[in-house]
Amino acid sequence: MGARAQMPPGPVAFVLPVLLLGLWWALTRNHPDGLIPQPGQIASEFVDLAGLAGNNDSFSGTLWLNLLASAERVYGGFLLSASLALPLGLLIGQLPLFRRMLDSTLQVLRPVPVTAWQPLFLILFGLGSHTALLLVTLGCFYPILLNTILGVRSVEPRLLEAAAMLGVSRSAMFPKVVLPSALPGIVTGLRLGLGFAWVVIVVGEISGVRTGLGAMITDAREVSRTDVVIAGMVTIGAIGFLSDRAVQLASRRVLRWSPRHGADG
Amino acid sequence: MALMAEAIAARERAADPVLAIERVHKRFTVSGGEVEALRDVNLEIGRGEFLCLIGASGCGKSTLLRLIGGFEQPSEGRILMNGKEVRGPGSERGMVFQDYGLFPWLSVRRNIEFGPAARGLPRDLVRAAGERFIAMIGLARFADAYPHELSGGMKQRVSIARVLANDAAIVLMDEPFGALDAMTRERLQLELLTLWQGTRLTVLFVTHAIEEAILLADRIVVMSPNPGRIAEIVPVTLPRPRDVASPAFNALRRELALMLHGREAGAAQTAIG
Repeated sequence: MGARAQMPPGPVAFVLPVLLLGLWWALTRNHPDGLIPQPGQIASEFVDLAGLAGNNDSFSGTLWLNLLASAERVYGGFLLSASLALPLGLLIGQLPLFRRMLDSTLQVLRPVPVTAWQPLFLILFGLGSHTALLLVTLGCFYPILLNTILGVRSVEPRLLEAAAMLGVSRSAMFPKVVLPSALPGIVTGLRLGLGFAWVVIVVGEISGVRTGLGAMITDAREVSRTDVVIAGMVTIGAIGFLSDRAVQLASRRVLRWSPRHGADG
Repeated sequence: MALMAEAIAARERAADPVLAIERVHKRFTVSGGEVEALRDVNLEIGRGEFLCLIGASGCGKSTLLRLIGGFEQPSEGRILMNGKEVRGPGSERGMVFQDYGLFPWLSVRRNIEFGPAARGLPRDLVRAAGERFIAMIGLARFADAYPHELSGGMKQRVSIARVLANDAAIVLMDEPFGALDAMTRERLQLELLTLWQGTRLTVLFVTHAIEEAILLADRIVVMSPNPGRIAEIVPVTLPRPRDVASPAFNALRRELALMLHGREAGAAQTAIG
């Protein structure tokens, strides 16, 4: 059953990207100054953003600073979110009292999107990078929380019985059985959370900050530098992908025992 | 002569009760009313005895096992383990589940060491118990494998080793080989008998397979449904190792089949009437 999952994606994974790239190139080939830049223009803009060409416009060489600023907020927000959502999720999952107390409040707040929170956050926390960071925190919060709760609640009763008959006391049940059982759910939550963090960061950096990939895209849009906008999009896609792969590789070690996670994360 | 010796040995085992079930009733509340799962069950299990519980589904055999395991409490009556009333699960009553109940995040070794470690035994004793029982079930090559990498038969071996490593005085087995293929089942039955004969273990084994019960048991407790109760206790005096093809084995098989199916047919009659 794991065989399919263990197959590396291989060359077929490149078919669609190459086709899309080809389509893009074909459609923009005869419009060097059209609204949509050509793939080649994006590539050279990347080189300039990285500071390796000497275009000397306001975006030259700014990629690294913006990337670093966004990464700081993404990982800062993610860690803050995890440090709140994990313990809360464990408590809600394990203790009915907490569930009854918090569940309805959390369910009512959940559908409110991060974009809707943004104006309020700007008023509450002011213009600046901590507002972006807190929006990321909020964006990661629910995926981590809900998957942690689900993980704790889906512990097989049989395993609790097995542990009880082997002499595990009630108080030791949580660390010995519940926590390891919930781990796959927790890892899934962390992965989803980190994915959302890279989505939310662009929203978070639209206003109030001068650095970050979101700010770079916003600035570029205002001066109609679509090539920079697209280069920013590609950067976010790539960095989000790489950061997910890192989590996946790390979780593969921890979840080696799980047929669902050991192979494909 | 062998027959006499087996009968005497079995009687001696029955004479020294390790577990006593006294006037146990069990009722469950379900939507729409109450179900009487067990009515007035009385049974003593001797030290070192191999007892099989057999009966159609719904006769309460698994419920009785769960009461002994301490996972549920009797509505009336009591269960005594070495003279002490059972009030919850405990390591002296090891349970082997049909669906194994192995911890998927632990290797074979850690699963077997789980009980001793959970009870706070010193590390070297825990390790020794692990080594000993991994060897006993012949899974040394798989000591570091995870449960999902094992076959059903291997998983059930680990699950048996897990309760033995934890010094269980009585092993409660709930149709442990029911999910295995015929060949694996036969092999595990023989392995279990070898284990039992080598260790003075007490075994309470739930099954719905008549042949399995005759092959394994000192006594067969026949249960009947609606409400679940003990219908008959049949001592098996055939010499061990038992020959499933012998006339005596077949005669007993027929006798038990009549007890079980005759009663089922009777119950069906009442239901229609």
